Amino acid sequence: MTEAKMKRSILARIVPQLTSLTRRGPSGWMVIVGIAIVSAIIVMTAVAPWISPHDPNLQVGPIRAPPSLGFPMGTNQLGFDMLSRILFGGSIMLEISVLSVLICFLVGVPLGLFSSYVGGMFDRGFSLVIDAVYAFPGLVIAIAVAAMLGPGVINMALSIAVVYIPSYFRIVRSQVLSIKELTYIEAAKSSGAKWYTILISYVFPNVIPSIIIVATVNFADAVLTAAGLTFIGLGVPYNIPDWGWDLKNGWQFLSSGAWWIITFPGLMIILLALGFTLVGEGLSELLNPKLQR
Amino acid sequence: MLEVDSLAIDYRTSRGTIHAVDDMSFSLGKGETLGLVGESGSGKSTLGVSIIRLVPYPGVISRGEINVDGESILGLPEDKMRSIRGKRVAYVFQDPMISLDPVKRIGEHFVELIRTHEPNTSKKQAFERTKTVLKDLGIQSERVNDYPHQFSGGMRQRIMIGLAIALNPDLVIADEPTTALDVIVQAKILDLLASLRKTHHMALILISHDLSIILERCDRIIVMYAGHMVEYTTSTELYRSPKHPYTQKLLQSIPNIELSDQRLTAIPGSPPNMLDPPRGCPFWPRCSYAMEICPNKKPPLIDVGSNHLVRCFLYGEVGVRSE
Repeated sequence: MTEAKMKRSILARIVPQLTSLTRRGPSGWMVIVGIAIVSAIIVMTAVAPWISPHDPNLQVGPIRAPPSLGFPMGTNQLGFDMLSRILFGGSIMLEISVLSVLICFLVGVPLGLFSSYVGGMFDRGFSLVIDAVYAFPGLVIAIAVAAMLGPGVINMALSIAVVYIPSYFRIVRSQVLSIKELTYIEAAKSSGAKWYTILISYVFPNVIPSIIIVATVNFADAVLTAAGLTFIGLGVPYNIPDWGWDLKNGWQFLSSGAWWIITFPGLMIILLALGFTLVGEGLSELLNPKLQR
Repeated sequence: MLEVDSLAIDYRTSRGTIHAVDDMSFSLGKGETLGLVGESGSGKSTLGVSIIRLVPYPGVISRGEINVDGESILGLPEDKMRSIRGKRVAYVFQDPMISLDPVKRIGEHFVELIRTHEPNTSKKQAFERTKTVLKDLGIQSERVNDYPHQFSGGMRQRIMIGLAIALNPDLVIADEPTTALDVIVQAKILDLLASLRKTHHMALILISHDLSIILERCDRIIVMYAGHMVEYTTSTELYRSPKHPYTQKLLQSIPNIELSDQRLTAIPGSPPNMLDPPRGCPFWPRCSYAMEICPNKKPPLIDVGSNHLVRCFLYGEVGVRSE
């Protein structure tokens, strides 16, 4: 198969899927718009070094200059170009959300699978601990953990993960509890399969749709939590362009009329969170046949 | 090859103990067919799964012995037991619509099974074997990569049977394999099961509530009622001279083409509450021959000759086999 042919065949596979989404009503469109927003931000961040007009960490103009032709989004209190900072600033948010979802997935899913499949006292005890974490307000735990670990992308991702691991655990657990009673699990047992084979090869694939939904919702929440953590000073060092950092350091100039310093980063954070939420909500409606009319 | 000796299985629920199977003894030789027939709740499925030691919680095998090829399985460690399941004793479940993993291709089910018991088989070899099995089942081998939902109910049950016979087990237990299917498909599935059983020299335990199926397909029959074996004999003998009142009623409730003007009769009453079964013979409240002794004493299995055992006081207590 030539490369061109292969490309065409990949396209031929993806395009009908996307167009079939358009035929699934509003939820299909939600997924499409969400994917479009998120991928636009990813692409923007990836190509920022080539398209941004200035270095995002250098004073390139007057301080707190309002939007103009030279600086379409104005400059901040240090004279940095806001447009360049917006273009670069998404990478931290994206990194943190991807990392935290990854950590949640790698910890929450195996724990949920194992605990509920084994059952009994072990499961009860474990659920109790997880539920205790779940009962806490998420942001408070995230702040506590982030304060303990100190600033940095990985630490922020970890502190966000602590908040969301219970969601994964609970959704996986509830799913496993119903799946493990189904006949095909019984049939797998009667064919001599080992317990962990059943868990990994029969139970896990059937839980994946639910996990995908939690993960997409988790992405959106991670973005907002990351912005919150940065805002109270538990984020990344100042020399890395970040929307959250701009919010934190720009808000006190709002009273002096410099609205552009926080408006654009704030809008970007909302847009990214909106993108993830649209994908999540749309998918959960598409994958849950009971919600379909 | 299979011996079950005075087996008792209890479900220990919070509302009391249910004796799902009690005092069950029978044996099955190589290539033989045995039918288990009874109403829902009579313990036939519990008996079936106990042979692969998969009695669901809170069920426990409280007494008795199960031997497969002379080896007692009740004391076996779990990994030994696993090597029996699927390989030497295979199980076909009732509802083919939910017995296959919906996110697994048909071929993967087979490959998984084959490689569980024969880890040295390569995936490729396993796939090739799957294709030959599918051909035996009358399913195109190209469909090996299809998902369960792409098959009809009858095809899925054929696939389940294929999974059961794929490793050439000595014994297949089919638990109501055709209950979820319509009559035409039912006959095809049973024919398939019969022909595969012959070519693979397997023993078969067929579990059904439908006595007509069991009569047609099995050499010997156990009639179960409330966890007890009430009658145990060959199918010809059972058809010709049913002894237990319950069996007689069951036979009268099957339409007979030769006796078209005979009214079908139903058995009055309903199966006993297993938490609180009637004292004595569990069938006496529904039995038209009930005598004074029936509610007071549990009838023993009585040998009435020509390989015919029946648990009923009507046949006296001569030749008592077990109590």
